[in-house]
Amino acid sequence: MTRKILQGNEACVEAAIAAGVRFFAGYPITPATEIAEGMAKKMPEVGGVFIQMEDEIGSIGACIGASVAGAKAMTASSGPGISLMLENLGFAVISETPVVIVNVMRGGPSTGLPTFPAQMDIMQAKWGSHGEYPIVAYAPSSVRETYDLTVKAINTAEMLRTPVFLLTDAMVGHMREAIDLPDPSELKLINRPHPEPGMKDFAPHRGSEDGKVIPPMARLGDGYRFHVDSNVHDEYGFPATERHDIADHLIRRLNNKVKAHVDELTVVEEYRLDDAEIAIFAFGSTTRSALEAVERARQRSIKVGLLNAQTLWPFPEKYVDKYTRQIRAWIVPEMNLGQMFREVKLVVEGRVPVYPINRVDGLMIEPQQILDCIEAEFIRKN
Amino acid sequence: MSRVHTADLLDRYFLKDRLPTIWCPGCGLGNADLAFLRGFDETGIDQDKTVLINGIGCSGRTAAYLDFDVLKGTHGRAIAFATGIKLFRPELTVVVMAGDGDMLAIGGNHFIHAARRNMDIKIILFNNWIYGMTGGQVSPTTPEGAKASTAPQGFTEHSFDACKLAEAAGATYVARATSYHTQLLSKVVKNALLHKGFALVEVIAQCPQQYGRWNKAGTPYDMLIWQKEHAVRVEQAGNLSPEELKDKFIIGEIVNRNNGDHS
Repeated sequence: MTRKILQGNEACVEAAIAAGVRFFAGYPITPATEIAEGMAKKMPEVGGVFIQMEDEIGSIGACIGASVAGAKAMTASSGPGISLMLENLGFAVISETPVVIVNVMRGGPSTGLPTFPAQMDIMQAKWGSHGEYPIVAYAPSSVRETYDLTVKAINTAEMLRTPVFLLTDAMVGHMREAIDLPDPSELKLINRPHPEPGMKDFAPHRGSEDGKVIPPMARLGDGYRFHVDSNVHDEYGFPATERHDIADHLIRRLNNKVKAHVDELTVVEEYRLDDAEIAIFAFGSTTRSALEAVERARQRSIKVGLLNAQTLWPFPEKYVDKYTRQIRAWIVPEMNLGQMFREVKLVVEGRVPVYPINRVDGLMIEPQQILDCIEAEFIRKN
Repeated sequence: MSRVHTADLLDRYFLKDRLPTIWCPGCGLGNADLAFLRGFDETGIDQDKTVLINGIGCSGRTAAYLDFDVLKGTHGRAIAFATGIKLFRPELTVVVMAGDGDMLAIGGNHFIHAARRNMDIKIILFNNWIYGMTGGQVSPTTPEGAKASTAPQGFTEHSFDACKLAEAAGATYVARATSYHTQLLSKVVKNALLHKGFALVEVIAQCPQQYGRWNKAGTPYDMLIWQKEHAVRVEQAGNLSPEELKDKFIIGEIVNRNNGDHS
């Protein structure tokens, strides 16, 4: 264990390397650039590859190529660059190629607010690429969580053979905190399933439709002579664009891979929720203000708790449902106009009120804003 | 070296159960594909250590019938995938096989930057001057004045010379052949595959169904004869005046230099 003072972006680099990432392709963009810079410095030290590509399309493309060639691969960007990556995100899904995409979120649309935090890309992560696809996305609220969730994102990508987002923001990415870096040997790492050596009848896309069985993934150049195809393909990877039965099976199986592993993918912190009457659903840097609001409310004897959703996709339905049965109101603060608010409401189904608190000016939601909302609800009911 | 029989090339390299191809009768891609394999066969490079990256479109199927590791991804991004593969696994031979739209329009940025880096990847660019699979739209290589479904009155823009573009961007091996000049094609494919650094082989391949019909180019046979009559060997080009070279194109090894590759 080593104690260091690191930026969130630096912790992301440390974690990625510790978790076995050996290929990084990126393109400069605020507020994510420190990740590329860190990778440029460190990759050669661990025998990995860093390349600054000509754009973000090329960055994710190179990562996908390297991943099919056997690498644990990562890229990092912010909104405008992520928008460029979304076409190949879909290719990573359909080709079942593990890759981790870090989005250090800024305000948008367009180049928006390059240097300020926002949480506006939650729905982009889920729906931004075309077609019906699953996504996994983690959102850290501290340097420590950035480290842990980077490892988790890499493990998830490998385990499910699918692209995974790490959604941080300018606040978490640039903030410095003391962090006890674990010894890399203590990390529990997951590697993609490999075919048995010399396996006959190797089928890189033969998994179970319920998503529980993840098909093995060979490396290019190892003699399997397999095909990877962006079209709907059969279990060998050959295009099957006129086979509706194969299309149906493939699209359902790809989506079910995430559904079947929801419990393993879901990371939440349940803070003072045991006796809570009001619950805050928060994620990313907004969690920090929410924590402060909980403390201040508790000092006033208002029973408030916090659900810190570190997994945003798949949406942690189970926990929202569980606390909806106990509390009398949800508060959802977020630096957008209500992206997770709608998700919470979908699960709550009108059982209790859900109050949004939104900011889109590039500034943090302040604890007092949340506290005001808590007090208003408290007064309304008492 | 004695010429390998076509049947042997089919046995060695084709996934016969994937045939027939999707290509129209008279298409130049089949000929060009076979000439590519003949060139590959002569290199002695390990088939298991070779990765073929396809683009999208008609020429995006040139690897689909072949018994190699094959990656066919999104439109225009073949070189980006190839870059990642080659950087992480330098011991592999990485070949991009794509069309003029894929390489020079949507993927043009990757093309020039891979050439600038002198990435040790090989590009087989099948140039039929048109988007065939989508029904005959103009591409960056459609000749000025030629017709297409998106230029029914004739193309009013200038077109790219892929070889000049690659050379200017830093490619260290550049060659051109056609689906008529298949022996030359096999030879330059072989040299490109054995070259260390970014290598481009442009293959002029006829598209009788789309380009041919829009431009009344006649039968596939007529289009092949056109290739024969309009191609000038690079060795002879220096002796010809600009007037004599008008409407002609150069074939052969255009650039072969050593400049330190990036891989």
